[in-house]
Amino acid sequence: MNLFDGKKVIIIGDRDGIPGPAIEECLKGTGAEVVFSATECFV
Amino acid sequence: MSYAVIKGAGYALVHTPDMIIHNGTTQTTERITNPDSEYLKKLPEHIRSYEKVVNYAPNQVYIGNMKPSDLEEIEMPWCNTEVEGADRFGKFGEIMPQDEFIALLKIVDAFDLVKIEKGFTQTLKEKITNHPLFKKDVEKLKDGEELAEIEKFVNEQHAEAIYHNELLVGCVKRAHDVDTNLTAHILFENLVVKASGVLAFKNLIEKNNIHVEDIDYVIECSEEACGDMNQRGGGNFAKAIAECGGALNATGSDTRGFCAAPTHALIQAASLVKAGTYENVVIVAGGATAKLGMNGKDHVKKDLPILEDVLGAFAILISKNDGVNPVIRTDLVGRHTVGTGSSPQAVITSLITAPLDKGGLKITDIDKYSVEMQNPDITKPAGAGDVPEANYKMIAALGVKRKDLERKDILIFVKNHGMPGWAPTQGHIPSGVPYAGFAREELTTGDLNRAMIVGKGSLFLGRMTNLFDGVSVVIERNSGVEEVRGGVSQEEIKNMIAESMRDFAAHLLGE
Repeated sequence: MNLFDGKKVIIIGDRDGIPGPAIEECLKGTGAEVVFSATECFV
Repeated sequence: MSYAVIKGAGYALVHTPDMIIHNGTTQTTERITNPDSEYLKKLPEHIRSYEKVVNYAPNQVYIGNMKPSDLEEIEMPWCNTEVEGADRFGKFGEIMPQDEFIALLKIVDAFDLVKIEKGFTQTLKEKITNHPLFKKDVEKLKDGEELAEIEKFVNEQHAEAIYHNELLVGCVKRAHDVDTNLTAHILFENLVVKASGVLAFKNLIEKNNIHVEDIDYVIECSEEACGDMNQRGGGNFAKAIAECGGALNATGSDTRGFCAAPTHALIQAASLVKAGTYENVVIVAGGATAKLGMNGKDHVKKDLPILEDVLGAFAILISKNDGVNPVIRTDLVGRHTVGTGSSPQAVITSLITAPLDKGGLKITDIDKYSVEMQNPDITKPAGAGDVPEANYKMIAALGVKRKDLERKDILIFVKNHGMPGWAPTQGHIPSGVPYAGFAREELTTGDLNRAMIVGKGSLFLGRMTNLFDGVSVVIERNSGVEEVRGGVSQEEIKNMIAESMRDFAAHLLGE
């Protein structure tokens, strides 16, 4: 059983850190379902 | 043609305590959604005085009275230390108080939209008479209006109120009855950009002994849009600022790209000069009232002052090669393209190592990286971390991967090739360009040889694309080869003389 199996995931990425699409990419191949993904600007 | 150079830089900050409360979007949104909030009640107690803003070390760095490295000697939070002997005027520019800036809004107003109360106008006249850059403009303040008239504009005709020390002292009128792009709110924000842009522009000219008539072109690169209902964002702040700055021989245009725009503008200006299209191009941007107090809730929660209490503005002159000032290597440009992707490795590769590879350079060959130079005093309490430091660590990590440096040297790299951030979080203002003034010094009379300016922009905020953006460019010490009139370099002249001598010798031998 994988940590992300059956989990719904909300991603808030950071433009100056790890952006949303990059986190999404990391979750591909896990059992996670990405229900929302966005990149925010905190500055 | 040889590379363009950075010939001068001007920087300005404007302390705007009342505009934090009345025009910053964090506060205006809070007043709509939660009018009785604790934050709004506590906010006025956390606003700094003008003296404290002048004495704040990052602000002294911004106008050139201190060096970025001086901040390393001050314990954080920097707002706990007041700089002794701080001055509102610096070698790069100045920190203007709010009342003088309200006068400036009136001085740059071409359509009689700004109305200032009579008594307050008299006070402003006295102040502006003593300002070294605007004393000749004092008559533009006119006589002022009755307070009742201003109240009528605000209460009955949708004018945007202007406050000073919590008192109504003026307003900006709307410019049309129904046009949503000429509302008083939009015109206020646009006049703020124009006025603060003019302030930076005038400081650039004054502090660098530039002949303003020599300026051919101006690129404005802030984040506002001016136009009416038929052309929202039609422009053109650049020409409006050039006009107020007395640049009679200049035209111009606006470049937009969120926070990355100044670096885009720098590359465009350098390319226009290198191509020979223009000899002297100014890039300029004013500040944004919307971002005042943007992270105010976190600052108040942590019992800090509201640190986003200034508008930022800058102006930089890019000119043809003079053999002295640092050159802008427009052949060593980094770009985050549509296809780059968003992983930190892809971003840093496109912006940092791709241009270095073009020049056969290592990551350590750049002496200073000027990335997003946001002041960590502002961003850390708000949970956004230390933005410049995070960027330096990512650059260093890629350097380790490329074997340009050892893993154990990452922190030394961050210290030696990076700088603490000192720019206010005014969007486009921190974007690489606050270092241009220091770069000009350190790459001429200082001991550095190369710097890189990096700008990043959050395009997704405009809801037209999910992408963000970034561009970068290498700045280098001038090798001293001056371009002569007619576009022929000294090197080319030497070659022409050598060729003539050879021809002459061959002619003699032939005889």
